[in-house]
Amino acid sequence: MTETLYANLAIFLLSLLVGFEVISKIPSTLHTPMMSGANAIHGVVVVGAIITASLADSPAGYLLTLVAGALAAANVCGGYVVTDRMLKMFTRPEPAPDDQDSETVR
Amino acid sequence: MSTLSFVTGLVYLLAATLFVVGLHLMRAPSTARRGNQISAVGMVVGVTASINFALVEHGGNAWAWGALVVGLVCGAAWGVVRARTVQMTDMPQLVSLFNAVGGGAAVAVAFATFLLYPGGAGLGATTAIPVVLDVLIGSVTFSGSLIAAGKLQGLVPGRPLTFPGARLVNALVVSVALVAGVLVLVLDGGVLRLTVVLVAALTFGVLMVLPIGGADAPVVVSLLNALTGLAVAMAGFAIDNQLMIIAGALVGAAGTILTLQMAQAMNRSVGAIIVGGFGTGDAASATVAGADLTDVRQVTADDLAIELAYAQRVMIVPGFGLAAAQAQHEVADLAKVLTDHGIDVKYAIHPVAGRMPGHMNVLLAEASVPYTQMLEIDAANAAFATCDVALVVGANDVTNPMARRPGNAVSGMPILDVDHAKSVVVLKRSMSPGYAGIANPLFTDPKTGMFFADAKQGLADTIVALKQYVTA
Repeated sequence: MTETLYANLAIFLLSLLVGFEVISKIPSTLHTPMMSGANAIHGVVVVGAIITASLADSPAGYLLTLVAGALAAANVCGGYVVTDRMLKMFTRPEPAPDDQDSETVR
Repeated sequence: MSTLSFVTGLVYLLAATLFVVGLHLMRAPSTARRGNQISAVGMVVGVTASINFALVEHGGNAWAWGALVVGLVCGAAWGVVRARTVQMTDMPQLVSLFNAVGGGAAVAVAFATFLLYPGGAGLGATTAIPVVLDVLIGSVTFSGSLIAAGKLQGLVPGRPLTFPGARLVNALVVSVALVAGVLVLVLDGGVLRLTVVLVAALTFGVLMVLPIGGADAPVVVSLLNALTGLAVAMAGFAIDNQLMIIAGALVGAAGTILTLQMAQAMNRSVGAIIVGGFGTGDAASATVAGADLTDVRQVTADDLAIELAYAQRVMIVPGFGLAAAQAQHEVADLAKVLTDHGIDVKYAIHPVAGRMPGHMNVLLAEASVPYTQMLEIDAANAAFATCDVALVVGANDVTNPMARRPGNAVSGMPILDVDHAKSVVVLKRSMSPGYAGIANPLFTDPKTGMFFADAKQGLADTIVALKQYVTA
């Protein structure tokens, strides 16, 4: 039991450090999509809902499974969709303005 | 370790790698979208492995799986609809809601784990401690995020809400939560005791966010994001799931970094923001609001248009007033007219311009502003000296030169050096001070022109006026 705990603590600590390292290099331009993307990642709690479902054996357990599943699914699905929607909007300047525009400029 | 556990563990490592690679790719706008997609693939991989593991290892019964499927379908439908339809100005509320549901799900998982043992007795410390921490952190996140979302949406008053003795009540509620939590551990379980932890933590979440002012929202949303990550990691400890521990820790780190960066950009300590107090100064702002206009040079849309038409470099400084007026499309249109006329236009974006970190960038991106035109604070400050016109739209405290002097509310706060530009025009509805509640000497600077108007209308008028000068 303590071996598992030690391994889990090590994983937790190293993941925190990796998180600090990776996130601190993200430019402020992308902070909102990054936070929203991180938001989607904590939707991994859906895995917890799945494990909970496989162990539940009482009405209270079923109810908690329902709640955990609904909240986690909203988190993970909504999070990824909205992050993608935002990132789709971040565009480079158009290489050449479309034909109509360039005609009028000339 | 069984073969199944080992293989599941390997797949979890793959999923975790995809999460990290995905976040890594988010450091450049050109690769960020792919990064998010890679992270989503990691999620699908991790979830698939978990379903397989749960079915083979535990089995479970039809009622439980039925409840899960119903929950997943309903939750996913709600989440996707909200994600597709949300206005970009409302993004902070949605992120807050997603924090709330993530924290809530973590609490439900902890409670379900606790109830697997009658009365929660015999869990053992290695499970019981994370269960209690999960319920504590997750509940605070759940109720706190709901209040934060309500404030941002305007359902709960955005101003700091306090009452006499609030700190005493806070201390009391926290003590109750902690004592009940310790009792769960010492007395080996007790559903009632864990419920007390739940209720006290939910109450504390509400009390923690109510006194926080709307302008502190970027810090609060970041902090709640970090807490949700930690709650999910605790749920991972409780059910011994490494993928949840890794992902929760990654999010916890991300939220912590943003919280510290935002607090620094507002010149506030995280502690001071949580305790509230500052910025409750409605009275203080009222005293400065009546500043006289004698020292102010007022300009019109026509004056601004002429100045812009004869400029070579223009820097636009958007603040929350721009987002509040929904004027991001007008500002982008104005910039396009100028760019087409051969004028160099850039945007100077302060880290806390908006209601969450990087919010202004998203609003501008929505209005089709290329990200190459968005300058971060350091790059912008290096460029102001060569700018002919700095156009400030709905921003105040983040441009206040008082920050360079000691002894006032904004001292030491990183600001945009707008006053280094050759000429400044401030588009604002009135002389009213910003959140810090102090006057802004920029407005009375001889080279500053004040253009009093609603951001949306003022910019639309300027575009009309500008077209006379640039299309000839």
